[in-house]
Amino acid sequence: MKNAVTRLGNITIVGLKAIFRNKLRSFLTMLGIVIGVGCVIVVVAIGNGATQSIQETINSLGSNFIMIFPGAATQSGARIFTGQSTMTVEDADAIKAECPSVAYVSVIMRTAGQAVAGELNWGTSVMGVGVDWPFIRAWNLSDGQFFTDADVRSAAKVCVIGQTVADNLFPQGAAVGQIVRIKNVPFKVVGVLEKKGGNTMGQDQDDQIVAPYTTVMKRLMGQTKVNMIQAAARNATGVQQAMTEIEGLLRQRHRIPPGGDSDFMMRSQEEIAQANEQQMKILRTLLLSIAAISLVIGGIGIMNIMLVSVTERTREIGIRMAIGAKGRHVLLQFLFEAITLSIVGGLIGVLAGIGVSALAAKLSGWPIVVSPMSIAISFGVAGAVGIAFGFFPALKASHLDPIDALRYE
Amino acid sequence: MARAVIEIHSLTKVYSMGEVEVRALAGVDLLVEEGDFVAIMGPSGSGKSTLMNIVGCLDRPTSGTYLLDGIDVSTLNRDQRAVIRNAKIGFVFQSFNLLARTSALENVELPMLYGELGLTRGQRRQAALDSLHRVGLAGRENNQPSQLSGGQQQRVAIARALVTNPAILLADEPTGNLDSRTSEEIMGIFQQLNDDGKTVVLITHEPDIAQHARRIVHVRDGLIQSDQRIEQVRVAGKGIAPPVAATAATRVSP
Ligand SMILES: Nc1ncnc2c1ncn2[C@@H]1O[C@H](COP(=O)(O)OP(=O)(O)OP(=O)(O)O)[C@@H](O)[C@H]1O
Ligand SMILES: [Mg+2]
Repeated sequence: MKNAVTRLGNITIVGLKAIFRNKLRSFLTMLGIVIGVGCVIVVVAIGNGATQSIQETINSLGSNFIMIFPGAATQSGARIFTGQSTMTVEDADAIKAECPSVAYVSVIMRTAGQAVAGELNWGTSVMGVGVDWPFIRAWNLSDGQFFTDADVRSAAKVCVIGQTVADNLFPQGAAVGQIVRIKNVPFKVVGVLEKKGGNTMGQDQDDQIVAPYTTVMKRLMGQTKVNMIQAAARNATGVQQAMTEIEGLLRQRHRIPPGGDSDFMMRSQEEIAQANEQQMKILRTLLLSIAAISLVIGGIGIMNIMLVSVTERTREIGIRMAIGAKGRHVLLQFLFEAITLSIVGGLIGVLAGIGVSALAAKLSGWPIVVSPMSIAISFGVAGAVGIAFGFFPALKASHLDPIDALRYE
Repeated sequence: MARAVIEIHSLTKVYSMGEVEVRALAGVDLLVEEGDFVAIMGPSGSGKSTLMNIVGCLDRPTSGTYLLDGIDVSTLNRDQRAVIRNAKIGFVFQSFNLLARTSALENVELPMLYGELGLTRGQRRQAALDSLHRVGLAGRENNQPSQLSGGQQQRVAIARALVTNPAILLADEPTGNLDSRTSEEIMGIFQQLNDDGKTVVLITHEPDIAQHARRIVHVRDGLIQSDQRIEQVRVAGKGIAPPVAATAATRVSP
């Protein structure tokens, strides 16, 4: 028993020395596994990060949230939107007045523009909303006041800015009371929105300017058709009831006969989350298959180099056999080399994967979530691949005839 | 009479390459006693290396018996032959066959890593150092083969062959790649080892080298043609002229 342990120890020494004797070859053998494992970790981390941040954004909508937008829904749930919106400001007012389960309603207008304050300018998105909007989104101000109903009715040139906009246009702070020019229209800043976070694939919720929808329609967009209506139910359990009420009301207002397709579509926060989960599943499966393929390619790389190495090292094998190595010794040595290289390669791959993920997170600003599961699995697969793909070349080496191996040039 | 280390009877080796059969050994009988120093000579292709590989348990005979140190090795399997090679045989090759990028010390330690003795690291290191010392390479243990001259590399190879204290030292043209002065030094080492009691069998093409042995065996066409004791052994470094006439006189056809 003790003898067996010493002998196994000896093979370990022999294998390690062989690895260190040819550092370039060892490095090349490991490279496939390093890239494979690193790839799995980065790809899973990006997938996780995307899922998580989108989920966060959706959660931040609040569970009472309902979105109504123009266009008909097809059987599959996809939206067909051709040409003009048929939703109006009056639709929004009617929902507010006539749907008892609905607590808040706001028209939403969306556009984008260059915002200028003094010397500084910043490209951002501009949203026109009603006074209910901060309640729908449960969004507080960190400074100043939200604009009033009177501002909306008079289409006042006032606005509330997101934290990112405030940081870029007013780096010294004290944004409230200043003037921001959008498309040459001067807006007075009356408040700053609290930082919300939840950055989604480059979309920053804090990078926007919010102004009365009347002002946005008249001064910035020159249209009176509504982009979207957002609403909030009185409570989470009332969401379905609120949606039924809204649907009935809008169909009646738009004179849609019974059985006809609606010219608008509704989504609750829960439905948005579900649709998103579906998409994320597809994304994750896609990313994982790419990662799996790269691991297998890494394994084949190990096998290739091990096979080349057996041929290249035929003479070495012959020498070892001539001085008393059994086939088993050679088999174990090559297997040990393959396993060591794949485990070390796996470890480097894990570190590289975490490093690249962190770097990607820093450069892109996306949240990137390294999952311990992906580390464990890719590491395990790397080890298995090393054994599996190292075994054949090792077996080949161990079956060499000592004389033939020694004569090999 | 001393104990027989090698005892070979009617040994044949036939290589069949498709239709053609090559009889590399055609029935060889050979007895080598403990402490002897045998030089095997003969023209190229006569079967010297074939014989040496079978004696060294690297290869198996087609027929015949071979007792090494009293053990019948002609019937052993691969693994058993590996054990015999490790414990009983020290092999020295013409092309040195050292592991590249590996220090002299590690090359010499190598056979002990495959051995059945279960030596500790310290014991292995000490045995390798002793062995290098015996071949006059003390102080070069950390050099790699590429940092050693041909003669020094062959010394490392001899030290490696010696380190397991084998029953027999086999050398297939050990001076074939060396100049005459270095060859002379290497033969000095073999003579020294033989004086210390080690049995040595070596193949050579050069009569000068063969004269360092105690006995010369001539092989031709896979058969032993002549086998004679050398009256006047040439001592390495002393430059005694080989007794050419004596060699020629004893050459007899079987
Ligand atoms: N593996 C082999 N397959 C076929 N024939 C072989 C093989 N090895 C040796 N032979 C043949 O056996 C014969 C003896 O070869 P061997 O190598 O023993 O000669 P040698 O006396 O050592 O010659 P040299 O002095 O050139 O080394 C030769 O005819 C050779 O071609
Ligand atoms: Mg030969």
